[in-house]
Amino acid sequence: MTAGSSSSSKPVKLYGWAVSPFVARALLSLEEAGVDYEHVPMNPDAGDHRRPEHLAMNPFGQVPVLEDGDLTLFESRAIARHVLRKHKPELLGVGELERSAAVDVWLEVEAHQFHPPTLAIVRECIAAPLRGRARDQVVVDENVGKLRAVLEVYEARLGSHRYLAGDNVSIADLNHFTLMHYFMSTEYGPALVGPLPRVKAWWEELAARPAARKVAAFMPLDFGADKKEK
Amino acid sequence: MAPVTVFGSAVFANAARVLVCLEEVGIEYEVVEVDYMAKEHKGPEHLSRNPFGQIPALQDGDVMLFESRAISKYVLRKYGKASNVDLLREDSAEEAALVDVWTEVEAHHYFPAIAPIVYECVVFPARLGMQPNQKVVDESLEKLGKVLEIYEARLSKSKYLAGDFFSFADLTHFPYTYYFMKTTHASLLDKFPHVKAWWEDLMSRPSTKKHGAGMFLEP
Repeated sequence: MTAGSSSSSKPVKLYGWAVSPFVARALLSLEEAGVDYEHVPMNPDAGDHRRPEHLAMNPFGQVPVLEDGDLTLFESRAIARHVLRKHKPELLGVGELERSAAVDVWLEVEAHQFHPPTLAIVRECIAAPLRGRARDQVVVDENVGKLRAVLEVYEARLGSHRYLAGDNVSIADLNHFTLMHYFMSTEYGPALVGPLPRVKAWWEELAARPAARKVAAFMPLDFGADKKEK
Repeated sequence: MAPVTVFGSAVFANAARVLVCLEEVGIEYEVVEVDYMAKEHKGPEHLSRNPFGQIPALQDGDVMLFESRAISKYVLRKYGKASNVDLLREDSAEEAALVDVWTEVEAHHYFPAIAPIVYECVVFPARLGMQPNQKVVDESLEKLGKVLEIYEARLSKSKYLAGDFFSFADLTHFPYTYYFMKTTHASLLDKFPHVKAWWEDLMSRPSTKKHGAGMFLEP
């Protein structure tokens, strides 16, 4: 398997504002991989993501973007897969059909079951107030209900498996970290996770990983609002 | 040895995603109906296959999987080589990464724009006798138009989404686009000639022709 042999001459660069749980997801994969990389910060308020130079890298005008040698990638989950496939393939289950299938299943679960309601709660409870908008409690309540049902499935899963995809940690677990970090700082985090002992233990272990602790420092719970005042 | 079993027939777009992958790798499989209108997907038997109570699920020996994109990757990875079919390109870090990028684009940009049109214009009328919510349709058409502009630019530079090779990134667009093209909004693709040509190429494949025939919901 080729491993991007041209990349040794150019450093790996990750573009984007680290407070974004998407950018931070990509940063987490780089930290877990233990590779040298350069984080190129961007300013959303200055519209950095809409400039032609950025659109040339990501036509959807979003962050993060990863440059690895001649490869330019976007979509944080694709970036994380690439980085870990290259440097920590065991986290994807490469070469093991059943493990890689379980990893892929729980990666999709993160993206399609966990992510939408959790993002909605984080948007209403953290992002909206920072932008001077009142929280929409109807939206929060609806999504808390959905997420509660999702986390009950996780509790059952973690009852029969040490981690989501099996006996060993995988990218499926890691991909939850950055949005969970914000979610757990709202009142709904402890309220939903507290009564689920296996989910709680799984979360605490995830958050205790050295890479997670490092990336958590890039994600202040006020999205860096205090820095903007200075 | 029991053949691979898919729970949920091609009428369900997410099941069709898996079924076309099975056709591409050319293995034997059987399809077990799940009675959606009777809420069979929320019953205990199906919940034991998919704890989220959704369609499809796939059983291959002792392996039980759900989430159509994950199932599809498993099928392509396990059975592709023997049939000389490589739609994931996992032997090349660069190619696999580009397949992943455009697979994520389908999931997080294309699908959210096109699916509401399919639900409003095809699924809800056919299943529930409802009329389309025109506001939802119009908002989604606008979003989809912007997404298709990006696809047009991409497909003007490379034959397929991940590069000059056909991959799962292209195939994963089949089911929802198929239903979309049955609606009166199909003409949207006429504005994007490279997208239209790419779609026609996708529909020329035996796999999509076969399972399109099973996607019988009409607008």
